[in-house]
Amino acid sequence: MSAALLEARGIVKNYGHVQALRGADFSVEAGKVVAMVGDNGAGKSTLVKVLSGIEQPDGGEIRFEGQPVALASAARAHALGIETVYQDLALAPDLDPAANLFLGRELLRDGVLGRLGFLDNKRMQQRAEEAFADLGQTTVQQVTVPVASLSGGQRQSVAVARASAWASKVVFMDEPTAALGVVQASKVLDLIRRVRDQGIAVVLISHSMPQVFDVADRIEVLRLGQRVARFDPHEADMADIVGAMTGALEHGEASTAEPGGSSEQARQRGPSGQEDA
Amino acid sequence: MSAATGSDRTQPVTESRARRLRFLTDSTALIFLVLLALVAVFALVRPDAFASVNNVRNIFIGAATLLVIAVGMTFVIVSAGIDLSVGSVLVFSSVISIKVMTALGNQGWPVAIAGVAAGMAAGLAWGLLNGVLIAKARIPALIVTLGTLGAALGLAQIITGGVNLRGVPVELTEALGFGRVAGIPWLVVVAAVVTAIGIVVLRFTRFGRYTYAVGSNPEAARRAGVKVERHLIKVYALTGMLSGLAGVMSLARFSSTNIGGHLTDNLQAIAAVVIGGTSLFGGIGTVFGTVVGVFIPSVLQNGFVILRVQPFWQEVAVGVVLIAAVYIDQIKRRARERL
Repeated sequence: MSAALLEARGIVKNYGHVQALRGADFSVEAGKVVAMVGDNGAGKSTLVKVLSGIEQPDGGEIRFEGQPVALASAARAHALGIETVYQDLALAPDLDPAANLFLGRELLRDGVLGRLGFLDNKRMQQRAEEAFADLGQTTVQQVTVPVASLSGGQRQSVAVARASAWASKVVFMDEPTAALGVVQASKVLDLIRRVRDQGIAVVLISHSMPQVFDVADRIEVLRLGQRVARFDPHEADMADIVGAMTGALEHGEASTAEPGGSSEQARQRGPSGQEDA
Repeated sequence: MSAATGSDRTQPVTESRARRLRFLTDSTALIFLVLLALVAVFALVRPDAFASVNNVRNIFIGAATLLVIAVGMTFVIVSAGIDLSVGSVLVFSSVISIKVMTALGNQGWPVAIAGVAAGMAAGLAWGLLNGVLIAKARIPALIVTLGTLGAALGLAQIITGGVNLRGVPVELTEALGFGRVAGIPWLVVVAAVVTAIGIVVLRFTRFGRYTYAVGSNPEAARRAGVKVERHLIKVYALTGMLSGLAGVMSLARFSSTNIGGHLTDNLQAIAAVVIGGTSLFGGIGTVFGTVVGVFIPSVLQNGFVILRVQPFWQEVAVGVVLIAAVYIDQIKRRARERL
């Protein structure tokens, strides 16, 4: 396994008395697709927000390219090349796709007008069209109508295209196919492979096991705010994953992965551990 | 819809055509046609009285102060907020302005300019207070500005003892109050400049883009790296400063404060903004629409007086137009969300 590009170690996040993350570990390598799976409430979305700079962890360490980093804001994560497709898409419905793609990173006109804050809409629209075309997003052809008037699939495409257009290192995709039909979902999976082939690390959060097995190079299972297992999708089957997600494996051979166990033990469990079992 | 998205569209709608289509379905365009129709009817029925230079000038002078406030209100409402305090801030600012000018001796351009600056600074201060309470303390804008509405008016009355103050330098009243440039009153010129800047800033600059984004989905804006809180503070500060400017304009026009005369400015400004097609839910709106929304009530009022219709009908008509405007906005939103 190559060195981790982005790594979370023992991340703790509390919301009041609720422990969303209790020492969660996670890692992803450049040019790999890592699937993050877990039951509802396992802490997947919270971990994504922590690693995207949206939420600040109460404990633990985040390492980027081997160095500890503080992701104090979304802008900081963006600066490192980390982008996220949020579960709720996080689009401004009244802005057009081009404006959403460049939100927070607007291109300004040259010269004095630019210094006064004038937008270069033409250039942003051209670049947005290129971004959608690059990613095969043939469905988003009108970059000048409000996002609200697009279909669910088109909106998802805008969010996915935005993240992949800006990401130079890591893309998180939190349920990017949740609202999509079969055809549209397979397009997103193709997109994920294309992004990966550019050498970008992709983290896919999904409830759809067939999709996970289809596209992932590794599967990491979260349960009750901790990583409880890592699997190689070529060597594990769905029963292993579901067992780890629900905790059924705790009492069996995989006892090292029980939620109460140390995160160190959990980290050592790898695809090879599955073969032994 | 899914059929359309599943297949490639080989004929993307060209930009200019999309723009034309949007204009035709635009509620601002619709309301602009209503204004043109009103003007045409009054001008045809009483060309001598309604379409005279003097009357047109009066309509514009009457609308100038409200227009300045309504430009600021447009930014606030596009950002999904509301500002009820504008009329009180106007009064407070005019009181501060005249107090400063009185303290400096009531005459001369330097004094007048100091008074203008003091009025705008007072308005800016109230706007900053509104913005900080709304963005940082997360108190709903309706409550914050209802509070500052009362506080600003109360403080203005405490400072003046409830009596209107006179003593505006003649330089200010003769220039800004009654003066004209090329036949156009200075009050109208100032309002037109403010409006033009407002149109350009909201439509063409990053400040305007962030205003739409924050009103459309503040959480999305935050995750995209927009400093949402700071932007909201700026928007309320801008509106406060424009209310201060309007206070100075009112002072120049009447040579006196008008403590009791601006109680409904807030509602008039909100009505004008909403009639102009700006959505109360934020994210949608134009300053140009607000201009139309300001002139519909004033043209109606003026036309009814000339036609000897009881002018109270104006309020009835404006109420109907207001409700119709919001109804159209709702229909459009529902139609859009269904896609």
